[in-house]
Amino acid sequence: MTLTAPTRTMTAEPGSGATVELRGVIKNYGSTQALSGIDLVMEPGEFIALLGPSGCGKTTALRALSGLETIDSGSILIDGVDVASTPTNKRDIGMVFQSYSLFPHMTVIENVEFGLRMRKVAKAERRERAAEALEMVGLGAHGARFAHQLSGGQQQRVALARALVTRPRVLLLDEPLSALDAKVRVQLREEIRRITRDLGITTVFVTHDQEEALAIADRVAVMRAGRIEQIGTPRELYATPVNPFVADFVGLTSRIPGEVVDGEVVVYGIALPLLGEPQPDGPVFALIRPEDVALATAHMEGAIPASVFASSFLGSLRRTEFVLPDGSVIAVQHDVNDAPEVGDAAFLRLRKAPVAASPRG
Amino acid sequence: MKPSNLTRWIILGVVGLVFAFPILAMVEFTFRDGLSGAHTLDHWTGLFSEDAARTYRNLFTAIGNSLLLAVVTVGIVLVILLPTMILVHLQFPRLKRVLEFICIIPITVPAIVLVVGLAPVYGVVVKVFGGSVWTLAFAYGITVLPYAYRAIQSNLDAVDVVTLSEAGRTLRADWGRVLWFVLLPNLKRGVLAASFISVAVVLGEFTIASLLNRVNLQTALLQVSQSDPYVAIIFALLALLFAFVLLLSIGRLGRTRRTGSES
Repeated sequence: MTLTAPTRTMTAEPGSGATVELRGVIKNYGSTQALSGIDLVMEPGEFIALLGPSGCGKTTALRALSGLETIDSGSILIDGVDVASTPTNKRDIGMVFQSYSLFPHMTVIENVEFGLRMRKVAKAERRERAAEALEMVGLGAHGARFAHQLSGGQQQRVALARALVTRPRVLLLDEPLSALDAKVRVQLREEIRRITRDLGITTVFVTHDQEEALAIADRVAVMRAGRIEQIGTPRELYATPVNPFVADFVGLTSRIPGEVVDGEVVVYGIALPLLGEPQPDGPVFALIRPEDVALATAHMEGAIPASVFASSFLGSLRRTEFVLPDGSVIAVQHDVNDAPEVGDAAFLRLRKAPVAASPRG
Repeated sequence: MKPSNLTRWIILGVVGLVFAFPILAMVEFTFRDGLSGAHTLDHWTGLFSEDAARTYRNLFTAIGNSLLLAVVTVGIVLVILLPTMILVHLQFPRLKRVLEFICIIPITVPAIVLVVGLAPVYGVVVKVFGGSVWTLAFAYGITVLPYAYRAIQSNLDAVDVVTLSEAGRTLRADWGRVLWFVLLPNLKRGVLAASFISVAVVLGEFTIASLLNRVNLQTALLQVSQSDPYVAIIFALLALLFAFVLLLSIGRLGRTRRTGSES
């Protein structure tokens, strides 16, 4: 598929993004609690990603925000007004769905016009605004086509234009890229970010792809079992995860046996600062990032003997997994020119970077 | 393994003959000149003679009754069954099996048994709505359930109505507009199929009308066939042709205005 570069930007309404707040939102499905008292505040124009594994409640939170799911208790405030009991069609939101949601019996431009038509905007004006929105997503020439004549990426662009043409106060994106191939995903996510920034619209983006969340969002909320485990900028989440779950979910980590001693984690004789809550002395798994491990030579201080378990070429770098003397496997990212063979002996060195740790045994 | 073209043509030919043979025999019968062995157009031209309207008045009344019944039955399907199915599909998916079971029941109950159950019900119906022929549509609304349900359900299953309706609602459409502007255009094929099949079933129904002492096309044809079998067969053929055209239309009229090839 060839993506057309956008040529025009829809008129931004200064300060059009709304403040969004979830206060103690609880949602139950029978005996299962999908949302266990979510609290979240979003500033106008902010782009927040809800990140977490399947079943963590991220889509439920988004649907609660849209009104497509009712909540059992708590408040949902948009610009300070509680909309928890307001029906979806009166919340003034735009939404892009995971599955293709264009109306198959309408042309592209009719799809984009739909929200304006429901708002009883005059035909000439809605045609003009719909054309402008299509230009914004680079599909100005595709207005007369039907959904089935577009690729997946193009359909999601039209869905984005359709959601934005009404100038909603909040844009909700429910894994809109998950059905697309890798290259289109990256292109479209960049474009979504550019457009939402240009329009200053408050955006909630649900994804299970941590790379996507870190790349696109101002702040990321990591969710587990209906709760927000941590919310922060991508850098904060990556560098200072508050618990092993966040450390493990955001970025790649290796679980290496160690010991907490006086508030530090000792791994193969190296004392590493402990992230998060202080832990009592005892055995733990240290969660070590690949970039905090380096290839070394035998005579270096703290060198750990290891053997190559597997190695993958990732383009600009290579990731190799080594087996340590205790049998655990540690991942290392290194120069592509170092290409170890499986079974090769090597030495590794731990950088003195802070690590998260989870109890062992 | 796919059957060869020859196999397919043979199967099609045999099945076609099974259906065509009695119809062709009926056509040939309408041209017979009594027991003389000769053929004539008199039976067909007689339908357009000056006194035909008077001779076949009962038959024409019955045709009117059947068409009225078809319209009311389709109305029942569209006003009761269709919204119920959409509601169950969108809001109460757990009830899908129950609804399917209820809708399939009439196909398992012989018409004669159905009438035994309906007779006392019609005692009440007559008191409330009077004895007009159109009230028979309540019974027909039940008999067409299995066919109408299948037609609509297959369309519901083929379209992601949940996502489409949610998309519509996020774009400020209320439920009425979602139904009118989003769902119905995408369920057109199923709705038309359900309607046409209902019409075909109603036009061919005899048992219930006969046992509840109502006059419809089939009961009138039986009556006419006792005095003029040629005319009865002509009208049976025309009813068949009408139903055949309706069924052919399902495939054609149900198409949306999409253009280009499916990707």
